[in-house]
Amino acid sequence: MSAPFDFTLALGDDALIAAQRLGEWTSRAPEMEEDVALANIALDQLGAARLLLTYAGELEGAGRDEDALAYLRGDREFRNCLLVELPNGDFAVTMAKLFFLAAYQLPLYSALAGCGDERLAAIGAKARKESAYHLDHASLWVRRLGDGTEESHRRMQAAVDQVWPYVHELFTAAPGAPVDPATLRADFDAHVSAVLAEATLTRPADGWAPGGGRDGVHNEHLSYLLAEMQVLHRAHPGAKW
Amino acid sequence: MSDPRAAVAAVVDPEIRVVTIDELGILRSVDEDPATGRLVVTITPTYTGCPAMDVIRADIRRALAAAGHPDAEIRTVYSPAWSTDWISARGREKLAAAGIAPPAPARAGTVVPLTLAVRCPRCGSPETEQVSRFGSTACKALWRCRSCSEPFDHLKAL
Repeated sequence: MSAPFDFTLALGDDALIAAQRLGEWTSRAPEMEEDVALANIALDQLGAARLLLTYAGELEGAGRDEDALAYLRGDREFRNCLLVELPNGDFAVTMAKLFFLAAYQLPLYSALAGCGDERLAAIGAKARKESAYHLDHASLWVRRLGDGTEESHRRMQAAVDQVWPYVHELFTAAPGAPVDPATLRADFDAHVSAVLAEATLTRPADGWAPGGGRDGVHNEHLSYLLAEMQVLHRAHPGAKW
Repeated sequence: MSDPRAAVAAVVDPEIRVVTIDELGILRSVDEDPATGRLVVTITPTYTGCPAMDVIRADIRRALAAAGHPDAEIRTVYSPAWSTDWISARGREKLAAAGIAPPAPARAGTVVPLTLAVRCPRCGSPETEQVSRFGSTACKALWRCRSCSEPFDHLKAL
């Protein structure tokens, strides 16, 4: 994902798929305030996705706009990381996913804000402010659940253990990209370790590290997600509200 | 034809209808393109995913058409990123009068600003607490007053 188009597309797909997954919580969150929070975070991700995919389409120069990229690609053409396509699981799994995603997106967007590409810099400067709120929110829940009851601790630890293998893919080196993701790992580790320690959770050992998302090799969950996300547009091309 | 800047500045925010897009800092400029002579309105969203942007663009177009400028171009820019510091003093007063606690200054250089005491917009008490950092729109958080027990919206510093 070193070329500007591939890089921008990957970031846009991360945000788009994260938005779609978070949106699944709408009307199903454990409490009203959390329902509103998850919907808001989903909306922020969708906002970033729209800017990134629009720009990716311009970089490609083949006439594809944000809708063509979001609605008219098959699973093998998506470049999102596996982390965002994983099912929501219970609330702890959702928070573990959001926690790791935000701990990656915040330093990513911050670095992007200072990169040489003017458009990406503007998107980074805007999105990082929103990312900071996402990270704050997810960190709070990880601490609350980890350092909560015996049951909440057990489930939060299980969620962190389950999701952890998928974080490594986020930092696959891409020398020459507007921001090389490998350079973000130290920031990620520092924040994640501090929050996990405070939450009385154990940071899992590094081992199995599934990947492939950046090359379009996904797990089966993405196809189902896309089917739901794309069905309306495919049935009624160009449909508008 | 009336002053296009005044016409655009009077457009109200579709989600917080007591303040105008000018008072919120969404309206960045109203200029004439020197090459084409065409009117160019530049706006910036509060949040990237703000769903009100399409309505705002339509409202600007309508206001300009009524003022005799039907073919203006509306540009949306993302840099510099919008900050709650751009909300005018008049805008803050109007927000407070409508029961929405205005934001504290966003501290330069940090991305999550320190929240100082938020005063209840109804009774003025500083004895308030945050219920949720996400509220009825992307730019608001939900708070509650411990003195008068009223829940209220607070525009998050950004």
